[in-house]
Amino acid sequence: MQWLNGILQGVLIGGLYAMFAAGLSLIFGVMRLVNIAHGDLIVLAAYVALLVTQALGIDPLTSLLLVVPIMAIIGYALQRGLLNHTLGDDLLPPLLVTFGLSIIIQNGLLEWFTADSRKLQAGAIEIQAFQALHGVWIGVLPLIQFVVAVAVIAGLQALFYYTALGRAFRATSDDQAVAQLMGLDTRHVFAMAMALSLAVVAIAGVFLAVRANFDPSIGPARLIFGFEAVIIGGLGNMWGTLVGGIILGVSQAIGAQIDPGWQLLAGHIVFLVILGFRPRGLFPKVSG
Amino acid sequence: MPEPLLQVAAIDAYYDDFQALFGVSLRVGAGEVAAVIGANGAGKSTVLKTIAGMMAPRRGDILFDGESIGAMPAFEVLRRGIALVPEGRRLFPSLTVEENLLIGGQSRRPGPWTLERVYQLFPVLAERRHLPAPALSGGQQQMCAIARALMSNPRLLLCDEISLGLAPIVVRDIYARLPTIVAEGLSLIVVEQDIAQALKASAQVYCLQEGRIALEGKAAELTRESISAAYFGV
Repeated sequence: MQWLNGILQGVLIGGLYAMFAAGLSLIFGVMRLVNIAHGDLIVLAAYVALLVTQALGIDPLTSLLLVVPIMAIIGYALQRGLLNHTLGDDLLPPLLVTFGLSIIIQNGLLEWFTADSRKLQAGAIEIQAFQALHGVWIGVLPLIQFVVAVAVIAGLQALFYYTALGRAFRATSDDQAVAQLMGLDTRHVFAMAMALSLAVVAIAGVFLAVRANFDPSIGPARLIFGFEAVIIGGLGNMWGTLVGGIILGVSQAIGAQIDPGWQLLAGHIVFLVILGFRPRGLFPKVSG
Repeated sequence: MPEPLLQVAAIDAYYDDFQALFGVSLRVGAGEVAAVIGANGAGKSTVLKTIAGMMAPRRGDILFDGESIGAMPAFEVLRRGIALVPEGRRLFPSLTVEENLLIGGQSRRPGPWTLERVYQLFPVLAERRHLPAPALSGGQQQMCAIARALMSNPRLLLCDEISLGLAPIVVRDIYARLPTIVAEGLSLIVVEQDIAQALKASAQVYCLQEGRIALEGKAAELTRESISAAYFGV
């Protein structure tokens, strides 16, 4: 029963990992940009939520109404003002610039908020749980988080395949030069993709900050979880990313059951094993 | 002489240090069809790419309806009414046929061309509208590329080697529809290696040789000898 509980928690936290990963995957898919600062942007979103909840006295989930648009605007500005200038045939410049950005965000947060651990308080909902089976308990908040993650993935998938913006994303991903010829301003398309990515980051950041303590240094580890979920699931496949997140979460949960010290290591080992046997992930989509 | 719709004025274009065009000038009036012919590497595609804004001329200027468009990026040029059917078709492979057409129509320029009209022009595309673009045959892909460009309701359509890699019967089929397209009042520049096809389709002919205009004139007035002299430089 303890095992079943553990695995269930792993599945639920997998939703969070999938949200870490979805924005990363979106950006790479549309503009071949590997955003090393992605994890730090998640932490930045958590701090933005901290400021919003403190200033307005609202609970973290309500603060999403403000944090999501704020992060989306930051994303749009970041892409137009900085990252678009790094894009070209070479993958290295955006990699280096986002690496620098990662360091700037970490140190900026450290300067402003100190290294103290913070947490967002969601109130009574944090400890509510219900018994799903005899002896199997599901927390309300982790369940909400998982449902939101599935909704985010479904929403992104629908946006990609059934809207004009999604069509523009796919066309630009296929052939930038011809996309321009067809009247698409790729600088704007890229900025919209980054805005969307950071909107998802905002949701992930708030749930991260509600479930555990955070401080300015935890971004890179979130980036790794995101990368691992994307790669396990297969690049360019949103549902695969969700499965990747769940596999990572369950692996960590099983590791933690064996020995608490094995939690993170078990996740990394499963990732490496999958990479070894299926280098393109479990559900590869993008060819070439 | 009335103000032409498009006036290319003595442009030089470069790929890095390599100069591809030397003082190329041409003009196309409203509703006119012009052909640019020449051997491989003569600079035909470069002329079209420069007009469409995929590359900027280093010297000279391009005037469209009196406005300088030489320095504009491609998406701005398209919004002013110039659409290019690129060499090799270059459909978006992960989009369906219809999605490719919709991307072409995304600029929302008003005009006669709608999904319905392009499907009338190329009925085979309507049958295959939900297939991924790479599932089409070469000729159908070329139709789709032309239809995609038309969806932006251009005033000037640029066609780069639409006969390339296609069977002669398919080429004839596609060229047979050009008059329908021009009848809507748009101007057309075709780039071709197939000289006979180009001469038949157009009024004005420009022959490029190593990046320079070697010959220009009305299609009906040019002799075979003068064209082959300009074409091969002998």
